Amino acid sequence: MITLADQLLVLVLLINFISLGTSRLIFSIRAVAAQGVILGILPGLIHPFSWHLVGITIVIIAVKGFVIPLMLGRAVRSAEIKREVEPFLGFVSTLLLGAVFTALSFGFAGRLPMLPEHQNYMFVPASIATLMSGFLILTTRRKAISQVIGYLVLENGIFIFGLLLAQAMPIMVEAGALLDLLVGTFVMGIVINQISREFSSLDTSLLTSLKEE
Amino acid sequence: MFYARQGMFDPALVALAATLAIGFSGIPGLFLRKPGLGQKSSVVITIFASLAGLAASLQLLFNKTTTTYLIHWNLPFGSCELAIDSISAFFLMPVFLVVGAGSLFSLGYWPAVKNQETEPVLTFFYGLLASSMGLLLMARNGVFFIIAWEIMALSAYFLLVTEHEQKDVRRAGIVYLIATHTGTAALLVCFSLLAAQTGSFILPAAGVLSAMSPFAGVIALMAFIGFGAKAGIMPLHIWLPSAHANAPSHVSAVMSGVMLKMGVYGIFRTLTFFNDPPLLWGGILAIAGIASAILGIAFAVAQRDMKRLLACSSIENIGIITTGLGVAMLGVSSHNTTLVYLGMAGALLHILNHSFFKPLLFLGSGIVIHATGTREMDQMGGLGKVMPRAALLFLVGSVAICGIPPLNGFVSEFLLYIGFFSQLKASSLTYLVLLAPMLALVGGLATIAFIKLYSSIFLGTPRNSNATAPHEAVFTMLAPPALLAVLCLMVGIAPQFALRLVFPAIEAFYPQLATADLSAEYGAILGEMSLAGLLLLATVILVTLLWRWRMSLSNISSATTWGCGYQRGTNRMQYTGTSFSELAVSVFNGIMHQRVERPTIRGLFPSSTYCSDIPTETLLERVIVPVFSLVGKLFGFLHRLQHGLMHIYMLYIFATLFILMLWAH
Repeated sequence: MITLADQLLVLVLLINFISLGTSRLIFSIRAVAAQGVILGILPGLIHPFSWHLVGITIVIIAVKGFVIPLMLGRAVRSAEIKREVEPFLGFVSTLLLGAVFTALSFGFAGRLPMLPEHQNYMFVPASIATLMSGFLILTTRRKAISQVIGYLVLENGIFIFGLLLAQAMPIMVEAGALLDLLVGTFVMGIVINQISREFSSLDTSLLTSLKEE
Repeated sequence: MFYARQGMFDPALVALAATLAIGFSGIPGLFLRKPGLGQKSSVVITIFASLAGLAASLQLLFNKTTTTYLIHWNLPFGSCELAIDSISAFFLMPVFLVVGAGSLFSLGYWPAVKNQETEPVLTFFYGLLASSMGLLLMARNGVFFIIAWEIMALSAYFLLVTEHEQKDVRRAGIVYLIATHTGTAALLVCFSLLAAQTGSFILPAAGVLSAMSPFAGVIALMAFIGFGAKAGIMPLHIWLPSAHANAPSHVSAVMSGVMLKMGVYGIFRTLTFFNDPPLLWGGILAIAGIASAILGIAFAVAQRDMKRLLACSSIENIGIITTGLGVAMLGVSSHNTTLVYLGMAGALLHILNHSFFKPLLFLGSGIVIHATGTREMDQMGGLGKVMPRAALLFLVGSVAICGIPPLNGFVSEFLLYIGFFSQLKASSLTYLVLLAPMLALVGGLATIAFIKLYSSIFLGTPRNSNATAPHEAVFTMLAPPALLAVLCLMVGIAPQFALRLVFPAIEAFYPQLATADLSAEYGAILGEMSLAGLLLLATVILVTLLWRWRMSLSNISSATTWGCGYQRGTNRMQYTGTSFSELAVSVFNGIMHQRVERPTIRGLFPSSTYCSDIPTETLLERVIVPVFSLVGKLFGFLHRLQHGLMHIYMLYIFATLFILMLWAH
């Protein structure tokens, strides 16, 4: 089972590269949705069966894999934008940076003082790499929807880490993570709405005009 | 039958349920479209919950055993305990009483139909404020305490900025927010150190910690700063006057009558942790208390805004309470049981009394504001003739707060006076007697302040003819202050029973007292006082009746009040509140500055002109504002970091994370 989990994590890493390298927003959203579904399956692979676990799996797959991507898709259609046109940093350089960070995170994870039973898994490096990818998307993209995608990827990274830490995840942690996600999406939704209404575009760099003098 | 029921209903559970019910009472109103329904349901729930809670807390006060409830909360801060001992029960009483009264008052004062935008939010946060105060009194876990404390602070903020379209209100809100978070910062330090001392976040039981350990002093100091900022002890009071003045009146009543007491409760609770407090602690409390009392009332005398005056007088009353607490602590340190008893009884009784008469006055000021539309005393006058009931209630509150018998303010101050004098013949702590003249000064200044308040609002003739025609208040606005006025009178007439309410809390604070029969001794003294009070009341009633009878016999010709015999006195010829208090204010020129703007008058026939004087607070204007603006300038360079580019903000976080990761190697 663990080897299967590791293979799925590799898939997660590959999806990171997809969302780093593509300019098409819909494609990016679908990639993140796929990532969410994979993450929903993961707890079932590493923890013993319980109904609690089934509940978690269903909720995570529903929220990460369907609800949020559907909402984002609607936002993309209603805002009538298809592509991230001029990112702050080009797609190729972002991809390269993503590769560098992924390599770094493997190096970093190898040096972390971990329990011996966690030593050989890919959870920690995959988690850090996904986190870094999320940050990269957040910092390099201009459109508000890309920002939400970045946020989701970042959250997925944190989630992978949580999988490792919590043997049987306490309800508080799940609730916290899901609430985080909800609030984040909610806030970004408001941001998207407001930006497009004020500036009739979704460029977050226009937010500088809100700055206090 | 009553006793049979006692087994079924645990009073602690009733109190907890009442607290939660009040907290949730405002929620339906947020979702109901039709205005008014939410408010009415919330008022009904709040009143019933308050009555249940009041009964439960009275029962808990006399319970010897304390029930402890555990919340399973999965947070890494230890188990979350809730318990109501007699100290908590004592402080719960004002919470339920004032919240219930204020809720009923809001029906007439802030009707939903006229304030569709603000009412649901106001009602919601009002319940939340009350509920959080109840929960923090029950909390026995430091983290849970802080959570409840923050909910209280924030809901008070949202209540305060109800009328946020006004600039003054927003400013008051910001000042309050800064002050309260400074306090919370100190409390975080305090509770973290406590946790470090005891090994868990569970609040220690009474007398467990030694005051001689190196951290004890820091814990006590941080508690004093954190809780003192909420209670409004000088010099941490800066937020208080503007916050109380700008909140809706029933909110001011709760803030002043109850929320300030939460600060006192915090200090009180922290002091119970230590078993051998040094003399210094009591000394600091007593001095800070008496200084707050004198300065607070001096500020009050100078105010023109009636709610500001009441707010400053809250600082004074908190000062008196703190003085009593300080005296009691001096007693604990010197193992002097009499001093502990008198100081504590005075302080606790004054807490109870203040939660009767201050909400009474704030609600009364609400009635006046509702009727006239202004808070400026110099714009009012002659309201006693149009709203006699409100005037009578206001009078009762004013007499009570000045400490004049036979009302309740006198009783608690009397106990403090006996406390001060009790050490006159002892070998140590003789200097306590010096506090007596200071308290007397406070009483005198309070009398000036409240004569100014009452007479410029209710006596004389209207000073501003532009004011809309004032009207007597509706029943829902008169009933709550009337209830509070009756309570003031009851405590004043029968102080020995009020003393019984206080005793369990004192006993919990200082268990050695249980053996002493001081309570009976002073109960007897107060019993005699109650006879004198009754006699006085009877005389007042008799003289009034005689006067009425005499008046009915003769012809009455009415003239302008304070017309000084002039046939055609105008309303501009009477004293204003400001002119009445000018002399008293000038005595305190150093700490309380009266900025007078006088016009220059030229020529033999000068044109009409105006003179105004504005009370300014030296500490705020000369010290705190300059310090803050200096800090603002020094940290101006940080503004460059805040440029509004979201990506770069993200980059900051990213860079921090990256550096931390590298650091780990």
